[in-house]
Amino acid sequence: MRFTRSLKAGAGVAVLALALAACGGGGGSTGASETGNQSLADKAKSTQKVVVGIKFDQPGLGLKQPDGTYAGFDVDVAKYVAKELGVPESGITFKEAQSAERENLIQKGEVDFIVATYSITDARKQKVNFGGPYFVAHQDLLVRSDNTDITGPDSLNGNKKLCSVKGSTPAQKVKDTYAKDVQLQEYGKYSDCVTALLNGSVDAVTTDDVILAGYAAAQAPGKLKVVGKGFTDENYGIGLKKDDTAGTSAVNAAINKMIADGSWATSLQNNVGPSGYKIPSPPTVPSS
Amino acid sequence: MDLFSKYDIFGAFWVTIQLTLLSAVGALIWGTVLVAMRVGPVPVMRWFATAYINIVRNTPLTIIILFASLGLSSTLGITLVDPDSTTSIADSSFRLAVLGFIAYTATFVAEAIRSGINTVPVGQAEAARALGMGFTRVLGTIVLPQAFRAVIAPLASVLIALTKNTTVAAIIGVAEAALLMSEMVENESDRLLLVFVLFALGFVILTLPTGLLLGRLAKKVEVRR
Amino acid sequence: MSAGSVLFDAPGPRARLRAHLYTALFTLVLLAVAWFVFRGFADKNQWNGALWKPFIEGATWSEFLLPGLLNTIEAALLSVVIAIPIGVLLGIGRMSVHRWVSAPCGVIVEFFRAIPVLLLMVFAAELYFTYTDVDSETRPLLAVVTGLVLYNGSVLAEIVRSGIKSLPRGQAEAAAALGMRSGQIMRSVQLPQAVSLMLPAIVSQLVVILKDTALGGQLTVGYTELVRSAGPITANFNNSIPTLIVLAAIFIVLNYLLTLAAALLQRRLSRSRRTPPGAKVVVNPGATAGTGAGVAL
Repeated sequence: MRFTRSLKAGAGVAVLALALAACGGGGGSTGASETGNQSLADKAKSTQKVVVGIKFDQPGLGLKQPDGTYAGFDVDVAKYVAKELGVPESGITFKEAQSAERENLIQKGEVDFIVATYSITDARKQKVNFGGPYFVAHQDLLVRSDNTDITGPDSLNGNKKLCSVKGSTPAQKVKDTYAKDVQLQEYGKYSDCVTALLNGSVDAVTTDDVILAGYAAAQAPGKLKVVGKGFTDENYGIGLKKDDTAGTSAVNAAINKMIADGSWATSLQNNVGPSGYKIPSPPTVPSS
Repeated sequence: MDLFSKYDIFGAFWVTIQLTLLSAVGALIWGTVLVAMRVGPVPVMRWFATAYINIVRNTPLTIIILFASLGLSSTLGITLVDPDSTTSIADSSFRLAVLGFIAYTATFVAEAIRSGINTVPVGQAEAARALGMGFTRVLGTIVLPQAFRAVIAPLASVLIALTKNTTVAAIIGVAEAALLMSEMVENESDRLLLVFVLFALGFVILTLPTGLLLGRLAKKVEVRR
Repeated sequence: MSAGSVLFDAPGPRARLRAHLYTALFTLVLLAVAWFVFRGFADKNQWNGALWKPFIEGATWSEFLLPGLLNTIEAALLSVVIAIPIGVLLGIGRMSVHRWVSAPCGVIVEFFRAIPVLLLMVFAAELYFTYTDVDSETRPLLAVVTGLVLYNGSVLAEIVRSGIKSLPRGQAEAAAALGMRSGQIMRSVQLPQAVSLMLPAIVSQLVVILKDTALGGQLTVGYTELVRSAGPITANFNNSIPTLIVLAAIFIVLNYLLTLAAALLQRRLSRSRRTPPGAKVVVNPGATAGTGAGVAL
């Protein structure tokens, strides 16, 4: 009899878990409909809806805010492209695109396109199409504003402390190419690196300049600065389904228009400008 | 087996072993101190030990380790190293991780020892007190030695759990087994199973003998009642 | 022996004086440490109201923390519900009289108990990523649950085994004398008695599982549980340290409630039921190797 009561309790827990799983699963519908190989351009026009992959935790680029809205340069680009494709802002669903997931999300059709500091590389081109580049970033260093002795990657020699995220190539590149005796601190997120930088336990944080500028802009003005000696080129592209040529040219046209009408520069100025980061000239985007 | 030449697998496991041993010794000492405070006559110490154990034991190790790095080292400046050393960051992360493991594991050590104290017959302590012994001598010479014998098996479980828990140090960049594995599964995704079996075996080799040896020791020194 | 007053005499005047002295000294040390931490944090501006303000705003909770908490609880509950039947099967299987059943069960239990949960999760995530078509919403959850079930299923198997072993031998012998077969003895005599004995140990295993879900947001697992869900909070407000403190507080409260529930359950069970002699070792968590393993991670 005791046994049956225990069983009942167990069954209750099971039902609860199933209910939880059900509402978890229900809330997380993937959104991308079964349009198969239809081009992004046609699909957007006919459904008035797109699912866009962005970063959720990158200030200045793609950041989810407490009020549930999204802000940043990547977000602005995504909205502009969506508008040009004929999708109103209310028709955009933003979805988190973790770095390792990006190709996968596109290939499985879980997102229609991705704007998430997504560098165009040959390896990735095998799996997805790229629109753009809509921005050319350079790997750079973020330091405290009162720091004068770090002027570029070479000046990290002499036992400086450099922070980056786990498993990221930027930090290793600095160590291999520029400064042999730099020390690396690795954390899971760049915001932890920024905390360490503000506290003085590391001397510099490294990744793409525009990402660093986003963090600097999110701080009180004058606390952090981007060194501004970029030492690589990262072409940020908009990822979409492999072989969707019509979609790619529509995206390219949208980026070109965004650059031409000045919204491109305005968005950058608003999002990362406050860091003192000099807005570069826009990249050349293939016109068709 | 080019994996062994390409990656320093033994080096990573050596770091895991070092983390485990240093943390184990520290946790044993700190855990014993905690238990002494918890059963002792000074109310403030009892209160502190109880609060400490309840708080730390219920916090995920992930958060404790992150806090050791971001809070202790970065904010309070307790880096535990000479800042001018050329390996200060690696050393600091390692030592802070050890500190975090000690703080966490000690609570389980303390709980295990306390349950061991409960197995010692009341008459033992009463007899000791009748001989005029004070608290420290009753605990140190009569009760704890018997309690330890009773808790070798649970302490072995704690040690095994600690060995596995050291993988959490990966999140602050300590170059131990889990960090290497997460790097390897990304680079060698075509030999996924091999990589996993390699690391799984590594941990089996580390933990199984611990369990067997200490299990045998537990039987040998058991107090027969 | 109940710890406490048995270990020392009722304090006389000198002992009381000494206790007061220790109290004063220890309080001083505690205060000094607290002051040092407080000052240190203040020096780095960590008590700045702007860093803490997000946590008294509803939006921070409804957008980030509560969904994360829900994910944490979802992963934990799913893992428990799946791990319990697996644990019972493995535990009973390991005690089987047939070697071809007991040997593989033993190997499985020992193997998965020896492997860090984090490694299991990282591997499961990569496995699902490479070889299955599961969509990106559910894959991290699957990885987390897989890791937790494999590990905790094995731990629960040991709890079941030690629970059944702690029953008086007479129970099984009497059943055998009545002509029951071994499977029947297990099902209708041993398991029902052992289940209520093991319940507290199982509930405290829930605390372990709940804490371990925090590993799911780390490395390449990528599950948006409570700790990871706080990522955008730090990105919005640059408050790594306050966020960590709030996260820790949530876990502590949650787990403390669970521990209280476990203690309540234990008290109710031991009051309402005459525990068979010798069975109380299991009810006292940490006293046996099996339950010790459960409490220890």
